Order: sequence, then structure tokens, then C-alpha cells
Amino acid sequence: MPPKYHIHTAAAAPRVRPVGKLGIVDWREDCSSCHNCVKRACIYGFYRDEYDTLREASGYLDYIYQCKGCLNCVQSCTKGILTRVINPEYRRIGDEYYTADILLSTWFQAETGRIPVSGAGYGGPFSGPGFDAMWTDMSEIVRPTRDGIHGREYISTSVDIGRKLAHLSFTDGRLAQSPPPLLECPLPILFDVVPQRWRRPAIVAAVAKAAAEIGSYSVIHAGEIPAGISIDQHHVVPWLDSAEQAQGGVAAAAMAMISDSDDVAAVQAAIKRENPEQIVAIRVPATPRSAARIVELVRGGAEVLHLVFDAHGREQAPGAENPSPPAPLPQRGEGSFPLPPAPLPQSEEASQPQPRHARDVIREVHRALVRDGTRDLATLVVSGGIAQPEHVTKAILCGADLVAIDIPLAVALECRLCGQCDRDETCPVDMDDLDPAYAVRRIVNLLGAWHQQLIEMMGAMGVREVRRLRGETGRSMFFEDLERDTFGRLFGKPQQPQGVA
Amino acid sequence: MSTTQTNGRHAAAQPPDEFAAHPDYADVTREVRPAPPRYRNEIGKYSIHRATNCASCGHCVEACRYGVHVKPEGYGLMTRPFGYRCIGEECAEGPDSCIHTCPQGALGFAKTPAFETLGDLRWTGDLLVSTWHMAETGQCPGEHLECEVGASGGGFDKLRFLFPEKPPQGLRREDISTEVLLNRRNDGRPKLKIDVPWYGGGMSFGSTSTHVMLGKARVATAFNTFTCTGEGGYPDRLIPYRDHVITQVATGLFGVREETIQRAPIVEFKYAQGAKPGLGGHLLGDKNTPAVAAMREAVVGTSLFSPFPFHSIYSVEDHKKHLDWIAHVNPRALLSAKVSTPIDVDMVAVGSYYAGAHIVHMDGSYGGTGAAPNIAKKNIAMPIEYAINRVHQFLTNEGIRDQVTVIASGGIRSVADVAKAIALGADGVVIGTAELVAVSCIRCGNCESGRGCARGITTTDAELMDMVSIGWATQRLVNLYSAWRTMLLDLLYRLGLDSVAALRGRTDLMTHLDYSS
Repeated sequence: MPPKYHIHTAAAAPRVRPVGKLGIVDWREDCSSCHNCVKRACIYGFYRDEYDTLREASGYLDYIYQCKGCLNCVQSCTKGILTRVINPEYRRIGDEYYTADILLSTWFQAETGRIPVSGAGYGGPFSGPGFDAMWTDMSEIVRPTRDGIHGREYISTSVDIGRKLAHLSFTDGRLAQSPPPLLECPLPILFDVVPQRWRRPAIVAAVAKAAAEIGSYSVIHAGEIPAGISIDQHHVVPWLDSAEQAQGGVAAAAMAMISDSDDVAAVQAAIKRENPEQIVAIRVPATPRSAARIVELVRGGAEVLHLVFDAHGREQAPGAENPSPPAPLPQRGEGSFPLPPAPLPQSEEASQPQPRHARDVIREVHRALVRDGTRDLATLVVSGGIAQPEHVTKAILCGADLVAIDIPLAVALECRLCGQCDRDETCPVDMDDLDPAYAVRRIVNLLGAWHQQLIEMMGAMGVREVRRLRGETGRSMFFEDLERDTFGRLFGKPQQPQGVA
Repeated sequence: MSTTQTNGRHAAAQPPDEFAAHPDYADVTREVRPAPPRYRNEIGKYSIHRATNCASCGHCVEACRYGVHVKPEGYGLMTRPFGYRCIGEECAEGPDSCIHTCPQGALGFAKTPAFETLGDLRWTGDLLVSTWHMAETGQCPGEHLECEVGASGGGFDKLRFLFPEKPPQGLRREDISTEVLLNRRNDGRPKLKIDVPWYGGGMSFGSTSTHVMLGKARVATAFNTFTCTGEGGYPDRLIPYRDHVITQVATGLFGVREETIQRAPIVEFKYAQGAKPGLGGHLLGDKNTPAVAAMREAVVGTSLFSPFPFHSIYSVEDHKKHLDWIAHVNPRALLSAKVSTPIDVDMVAVGSYYAGAHIVHMDGSYGGTGAAPNIAKKNIAMPIEYAINRVHQFLTNEGIRDQVTVIASGGIRSVADVAKAIALGADGVVIGTAELVAVSCIRCGNCESGRGCARGITTTDAELMDMVSIGWATQRLVNLYSAWRTMLLDLLYRLGLDSVAALRGRTDLMTHLDYSS
């Protein structure tokens, strides 16, 4: 039996005090020094540990980060002088998409490599925008198609990247054409180019090494490959400005990336002339026209399409005046961050169509390719707005073959998305002072946890291969469909209370 | 933790016969008695502070009707104010409030800072505090607490009842029935009825403390309803309550023996659970103490998996075969199939009916008490609100709705949720988290780590589980059930319905805030 794919994780404690959610606050006056809180109430021993830490001045322990919020000390305090508060710093970190909870959860996974587990049910909103407006399905007793009969150790998360043949043809019993090159990635997650904010050689190198360690690939601009990184050994996908760059060391890359442009087919052809075995991925910005453009590219022989959303998983804002503006070309080296939607004039905002979320755009692109009969010919990679492991599963259910991530990698390195670096202020987590081996460990841990969670969801779905998850809407439920079929059907029109017997 | 190495077989202190010989254990009344909080500083929405210039005159005791101020008989000094009972600004700012009648000006009113940190969108601070209030007093909480809906922005939280202008003539509250019939097949098995349209969910021996399990069994006895063993075996101490205890059969088959099947009036087949649909169960090694291991016939300290799915069931026919097995082992038992809520939950329900189940129990994705991966709790399977009406309609169209009892669970937090689930088409519900909250769970979610629940509820640690006594847990649950029943009667009265059965499927009595014009 071939060895099973496994991501090895090992604890990597935070370098700087992480921001915790809950903390206990007391005001010392009126304290009766009974020490009930210290001796009895805290079953986790945090008060005592904190005291030890202060005395020995070692370790990173911080009870603001570690407090589990059980309220025992607050409720047992003799004088009632303790209270629980939400850390004000916790309220400030993150944004509406990368919420503080997502940051804390990502830090936990990067530290431990474990799946976040908790009791007491779900406490979040009923549904939400984007990926929060869908659920994955599970297999139940009467579904005969289930193939999750084997254990989760048999679930494959491997995907193929590249062009495939629509059919085989033979002459004299031999294959008439050689199949195009294909790349196998053991999990459906690539590392996208490190966004400008974090792009420095040490971090780019750590991302590349982590990708190589888990068998995935990382996109790096061809001109910025850090010293010590070997293109083939470290699974680098160089992002080229022109076909001319596809020479020299870059030729060793299994896959190269180019930006979409009017003459993109010619650029791809030029690269292929140089290195026939190199797969070329075309980076296409997500716009209202993406579906048409991607169909066009796939018909023209594109192998891999990389559909790029902004950091919050939105397409570029559509213009109402001109329904089909030319897709703006991405700037050199531009990642998915930051790419805010074009600001709309205040008065027109209501009438303007809002940019759609990746969930809807991916489905549209997938359907367009299926309708065109070309879906299986090319690979669709999606990046931008992939903030949590569930987004990987959901993007694939919507029709992507695999995803590429960027911001979660920076968060794994303790980034708080505070943006102080953009304002030339000091980085609270010393991103510039990062031990390379430690950075690799944190990223590998995060991906280890994500991989496990992907398997959890696939196990529940009874799907044994991530390849079969693509576009599998039979394993997904969409908020608007369920809502329409249930509450829309029941309450669709205003009702009056009926007379009662 | 003291763990005297006991041979597994002798871990139970008393033999089963001894428990069976004490039917008086099962003599539990429905009487509401005060069950004050077990922590010194209970958290409420508001708090009252008394400064040191208090002269202990006792004017505040007369001013407050809510029991904030207490001067014990024969004592010269006041006790510290029970600020959590305060009903808020409106009272505090009034001229006759304790604040304003205090001659010393020694009293201060404030919102409790810790209250702001309580709860989440589904179980808001208001819902937690109102559940504690009901568990303490057996009374409906005042208007200062939102005790019906959370803030999740969908499902139950957007559904509202439409009450007629005035209830019809001749309906008397005492005539309203809250009974639910569990066996709708005419197959000669007992026509079991429960007095309230809910029963307690399965929490296994090993995950929950014995004291909480016993409290749940005792309140089920008092209200003639049921609780469930969960998948961890049937502790002997539950035997006196056996007429009200469901035996669960899950994939691990832990503690499933002929006598535990034969003892049970209802046997529940757990196919999946809402919190982690399709993932099975997992008891962490830390919680696998000698007593737990003996019950589960396993090795102490090992993690115990209850895998998904039943590896012998791949079709409805296999499902039927399993139910037949139980039906033969216990000819008097009703059969329940606990399933999750996939998109084809309606087919699952029909399949369960075909296989011979008396009860189809759907567990929606947002509930659950056990530890589960966060990713599963949020993303897998549909919320129960969608599933209930789907199944109700489908069974109705198939003409078999009146031969099967539909039970819903997974996110039933309040009696309003109970009524909404029934109006959507369920016959009754199963509750879990609400019972734990009644015994002062704060839903911190750390049920599984280390020694288990810091509040002594879901733990097998001998020291921690002593934080909850059986008597206190029982009384808190009796009070909660009593308050819920009173509120349910009130709701049915206002709707003009003479029974909870008449509410089933009455979606016409509800509206959804997103659809009402």
C-alpha cells in the first residue's frame, strides 16, 4: 500500500502575546485576600501560573489569552469584585470578513496543528453573506450513493492541475497524441503570491518552504524569488511578465503563471515552445465578465485558470453605465490584497449592482464551462476570500478544482491585520524578525489543521475523493433555496390569523 | 483526582437489584421550590451595590418586590444585595425604588459588566439569564429579559406567533392539554404519552456527570416524560427511573446489553447527531475513568470512538433489520430513529417509518451539547427549522403523517422554540442545552478539555461533579419544566387552542419577519 498523505504538525507557541478574547478584571480595593480565586476557583490554574510566570519572568503565558471564561472565579469571589470583560484589543483586530474569531482560530491552528473543537453547540448567526449562506450536506441512512463506507484514512484530497483531453484517439492501436502535462497536488490548496503588505524575502521563502514540505505549490513573482529557494525543489510557481522570462532557472518550474491579457494565448504558446512540459496558469480577475472570458480562454487551449477575487471574496464592482467594461489588467505582482471594490457615487449606490461574492461567481463560471462542454478540459483555481477551511470545501462545491490562499498564511505568522505597517508604524508582532524554521512550522501546522477539517467535512458528506467534490451541488444546500422552499412557501404572502375553532 | 484502581466489574458501588428495590427513589414531585444559584455571585443583567455608609435600616427591603435586599431574621446587618434579581432602570429610576428610598443614599445601580460578555447570537445573555431565573423560581421572567428569541437573525429567531384579538369563549386554561402521544401505530405496543411536549436528550454516562444525569431522570419522572441514556451505557443508579429512561443504541454499541434494551420503554437508534452530523462520537481519554470504562466495557484512559455510520446499515432494509432486532428483544418498546438533517431528510423520515420506527427524531445542525469540531457545528446539514416542515409536509402528502411521531431537536432554547417547532409540524421536541443551562451552564464550550466542565456539569472528575448535587439539579429542572409548561399553556390559551396537538402544523398562526409586509 502506498504511504498515506499526512501533514506532520508540532506545537509552535506564539512569539508575542496573542490577543485573547476574554479576561478577568478585578479592582484590588476591597479584596479580602481570601485567595479563593487563586486556590479554588480556577480549575485551569491560570492565576497560579501567571504568578509563577511573573516571578520567573519566562514563557509567554498570558491569562488574557488563556482565560477560558468559565466564570468560576468571578462567581465565587468572596467580595464579588471580579468581573469578566471582552478584551478591548480583541474588539479592534480583524475586519468584517476576517473577524477576530477567525484570527484567534487561525492562531490556534497554527500553534497546535489541531482542529478547533468545542462543546455546547453552535453560537453564530443563522446564515450570512457569501459562503455563510450555504451548508454542506451529509450522508444519511437511506442514501444508496454513499461511498464513505471506508474510514477517513482512505479519503483522498489529491487534485490534478493542468489540461486534460476531451477524449483519446488512436492510430494503429497506439495513442495518437501524448496527453498534456499534469501536476498532482496532494491537497486542493495552493499558496498564492504573498500580498505586498507582507512581501519580504524571509516570509516569501518560508511560504515556499512550507508549500514544499506539504507537497503543495507557491506562487512567487519571477523577479522576486528569494535566495536559497530552488524553483523545482521548493515547488515554486513563477509568475511571469513575459514569455522571455520563461528561460534559465524558471524553466525548471512544473507550472508557471501569467496574467490575462489580449495576447495571452500567444504568451502561453511562446512559453510552451520554450518548455513544452511546463503547465501555464492564466490569472484572471473576477469581474461580471469572468465567465465569458474563461470559456473563451478554455476554448483557446488554456490549461489552468486562476480566478482572483479581492481579500473579502468579492468580484470587481460592476459598472452599471457600461455593462461590459474591459477587465482591468492586474498590476504587476498584485495579490488579492488589498483590492477594494471601486467606490460608488453616494447617490447611485442603491441602484448600482453590488459586486457578487465568490460563491456566486464560481458557480456561474462552473456552469458556463459545463454548458460549453469544456469543464473537464481545464483546471479552475480560485483565490481571494478563502479565510477558513470550510471555504475550501465550499469553493470546491461551487465549482472550483482547488483554491489558493494568501492572508491566512500571514495570520498564521501571528499577523493581526491591524494595518500598522501600511501606516509606517511598528509591527506589533515583529514580522521582520521571524525565525524561518518557526514560520514554516506555523504554516505547516495551519495547513495540517485545514487538511484534517477538509477530511472531516468530506467524511460527513460520504465523498471519498476531493476530485468528486467539484461542483457537487448534491452535497450542498444554499440558503436562498432552503428559504424559498420553506419560509417562502409558507409565508411568501402576508397572512392573517385564521379564525379558530 | 483520586482514582482508586477498581476492577471494572466492581466499579458500581451497589448491585442493580438494590436500586430496583427502592421505587421510592422515583418519587419526585412537580412542586416548585426555590433553587437558588449555587455560586456566590449570580450574574444578572443589572447589579446593585451597597456602600459602607449603609445603616441597615431595612427601607430597601420594603421597597424592593424582587428580593434584591435581604435582612435575615435576627440579624443586625444586611446581606450583600442580590443584584441579579433587579429588573432594571425603569424600576431603579422610579421614585419608590430602593435607590431613592435609601435614607443614606448608599445604594447604586449599574448594568452588570460581565453580562455583556455572556452568551452568543443563538443563546444570548438574556436567554441564559432568563433560563436561570426560571430554574431558580419556576416563574416566567419579567419583561426586562427577552426569554423567547435569540439574535441569530434567522429561523426561530425570525418567526413570530400571530395571536387573535381575543381568545374564544369557553376555553379554560386548566382544560388545555399539553400531552403528546408517542406511539401512533396500532401495533399492540404501549400507547405511551408524555405530559409535556418535550423530553430530555441523550447525554452519555462519561460525558455528563452522574448527578446531572440523575437530575434529568428525576425531572422526567416528575413530569411523566423521558430522558435518554445517550451512548454510554445504562448506569444502575438510573434503574429506579427506568419507566422514564430511553436506552440509546449508537454505532459504538457502548453499554448496549440485552437487559438495558429490555428495561427501556423506548429504544433510540442514533444514526447521527446534529452537532456533528456524519462524524460519530468521540469520548476523550481523560473522561474515560474506571467507572466509565467499566460501563462501556473498555480500557481506562483510552479515547472511545463511536464511528459514523453503523457499518452494518447501507440501506433502508438494513435499517429495518436493526429495528426488528430491537423489537424482538423487547416486545414492549417503542422504537425511535435519531437522524440528522440532510437535504433529503424527508426520504430519511419515510425510510424510518417504513423500517418500523414509532418516532422519527430529527436533530438539526445548530444544537448539540457534546464537543464537536467547530467546522461541523456551523457547516454540515441544515438547520432544524427547515427540516421540520419539509418532513411534516412530505409525510402528510404520503398519507402517513398520523402514524408516526415527529420529534425535532437541535437548537430548541426556549418554550417559544418548542411551540414554533410544533407549529412548523413536529409533534414534540427534545431539549439538551436548555437543561444544562438550568443547572448553570454558561456555554463556555470547554466541555471536553482536561478534567472536563469547569462548572461540574459535563465532567466525570469526582471533585468537580460534586459542585452539582442531585437534589439541586432536580429542583432546578423541575422549576424550568414548570415555568415552560405554564408559559406554553399561556401561549396555547392566547392562540385559542385546547391542546398542544392542535398546534401541530399550524403555520398559519405564525409569520416570518422577513416575509411579513
